[in-house]
Amino acid sequence: MAINFLHPYYEIVRNYEKCIICRACERQCINEAHIYIQDKLQMVCDDAKCVNCHRCVSLCPTRALKIVRNGNTYKENVNWNGRTIDEIYRQAESGGVLLSSMGNPENYPIYFDKILLNASQVTNPSIDPLREPMETKVFLGTKPTDIERDKNGYIKNNLPPQIALSMPVMFSAMSYGSISYNAHESLARAAEELGIFYNTGEGGLHEDFYRYGKNTIVQVASGRFGVHPQYLNSGVAIEIKMGQGAKPGIGGHLPGTKIIGDISRTRMVPEGSDAISPAPHHDIYSIEDLRQLVYSLKEATDYKKPVIVKIAAVHNVAAIASGIARSGADIIAIDGFRGGTGAAPTRIRDNVGIPIELALASVDTRLRNENIRNNISIVVGGSIRSSADVVKAIALGADCTYIATSALLALGCHLCRSCHTGKCNWGIATQVPELVKRLNPNIGYKRLVNLLNAWQHEIKEMMGGMGINSIESLKGNRLMLRGVGLNEKELEILGIKHAGE
Amino acid sequence: MKRVYVNEKWCLGCYLCEYYCAFAGMNEKDMARALKDVKINPKIKIEEHNGISFAVSCRHCHEPLCVKGCITGALIRTDGVVTINREKCVNCYTCILNCSYGAISPSDEGVVQKCELCIKTITGTPACVRGCPNGAIVFEER
Repeated sequence: MAINFLHPYYEIVRNYEKCIICRACERQCINEAHIYIQDKLQMVCDDAKCVNCHRCVSLCPTRALKIVRNGNTYKENVNWNGRTIDEIYRQAESGGVLLSSMGNPENYPIYFDKILLNASQVTNPSIDPLREPMETKVFLGTKPTDIERDKNGYIKNNLPPQIALSMPVMFSAMSYGSISYNAHESLARAAEELGIFYNTGEGGLHEDFYRYGKNTIVQVASGRFGVHPQYLNSGVAIEIKMGQGAKPGIGGHLPGTKIIGDISRTRMVPEGSDAISPAPHHDIYSIEDLRQLVYSLKEATDYKKPVIVKIAAVHNVAAIASGIARSGADIIAIDGFRGGTGAAPTRIRDNVGIPIELALASVDTRLRNENIRNNISIVVGGSIRSSADVVKAIALGADCTYIATSALLALGCHLCRSCHTGKCNWGIATQVPELVKRLNPNIGYKRLVNLLNAWQHEIKEMMGGMGINSIESLKGNRLMLRGVGLNEKELEILGIKHAGE
Repeated sequence: MKRVYVNEKWCLGCYLCEYYCAFAGMNEKDMARALKDVKINPKIKIEEHNGISFAVSCRHCHEPLCVKGCITGALIRTDGVVTINREKCVNCYTCILNCSYGAISPSDEGVVQKCELCIKTITGTPACVRGCPNGAIVFEER
């Protein structure tokens, strides 16, 4: 046998004083990291199989388990750290592209954490949201710039189609296939109860979920999987996915092993064949081409639904957004480099794209300068982690935010970043029936509703503190923001002052 | 009346209900101390075959055959809950033979045992229901 260069990353620590050998850990670990030794009546662990998903830790009735970082270390080296060395070993062994899941975990600046919010003191009153009305409702879509009148002088209704949300948060695209049926059901039901939207991703819409159409955004991506007239008309809006924050410039690949049964039918892909989404849309090489697709989709839906164009935040994002705002699209969704994914090449995920905060600020500024900000609503995603991030994003100029990682965390995800193995112990990023059933949507949707209700309360509290009683008054209100520890250039791009100024 | 119902669709076969059941019957505060090195004999039991699993415990029937067959009157049905009087039970096992669900079993104390919806041990929702991680066991009116 060849030498195994890789040492386990984690160590499963079992407190044998507390372990009652109920074997729940063994039964719940799809990776078979826990083993019961029958003749010794003892539990043992295989650390090498552990992905640190915490399923066993969470289910252990006596809290006898914890997962710690394995203390094994290479000779210290800032340049050649343990992870870098291990990745070389892995590639030398496999000869393959390294794959990863979820968002970029590397140590890049998190601008949201370097922005602080304002509050009212003495000269302007703050508002108590428990005593006074507070509006978090938002409308997305192109806003008319002129008042038009008919020949009798009456105002004509020239309002293009809008979608209304109870709060400026919605669930971003995760396809049926990348996540499980039960995860989709949880998102759909939560969106319905909350009065917001979830997004089908590029996997078509399962026939069971057409009844949540009023809370669904349907996606059209480069593979065009699952797209047909009924699908386009089933949601409230259509999203054209040009790019994704986790892997800008890269397409998608759902392996044939996952294209079975319902997924094959929903995607309209033969069973067992890989579903490959090309990196570009092969019919879009310019803003003019994009305009054609936008209008094709509008034509197909009788001009009743707004069209969203989703792009990854990349270097030229402001110029691209300016083009999109002129393409006839109603909404632009920008996905930052921290955005999650079910699988991406590690090097792409960790090295491509730019922070959403900078992208958002530069897009909003550019569209305002060009006087086309009303042409389009801006939705931002890519690691919106809390209600504070939502408030900061709105104040930087967004109309609404997209969350996905936060939503999956609410459903039980522990960010073990092993989605690409297809063996999600929490029943989210998997199609294995005995794993999928671990996510009971009756529990899942309530947790999502709880999360966003909590966020809504917090958003109202923060707005109230600033003396603002409507989310519309917060939008693009960058005077409510101050930077800490940011340099002149960063402050200039963000369009905010430094704390103390 | 609220009863314990199980839904095999959500049962993961983790067997935690069995352990929470055993713990609830022990009048102990710390689960690890209570169940350490103990071979449990719970009143709810997981049935598992070919990837399908579900928990089985007393249905608290409207016309319970166990109560009908009990030769000493140890089993009685009050307010819909079938309970056992340990003083009266003589361990004849007639109830075990009568129960078509297999929900009654010999206990470690020489009498028979069955689910009594935790009314004698804890207050509120039965332990198996509280302990089920996936909502496969519910306590509700139907």
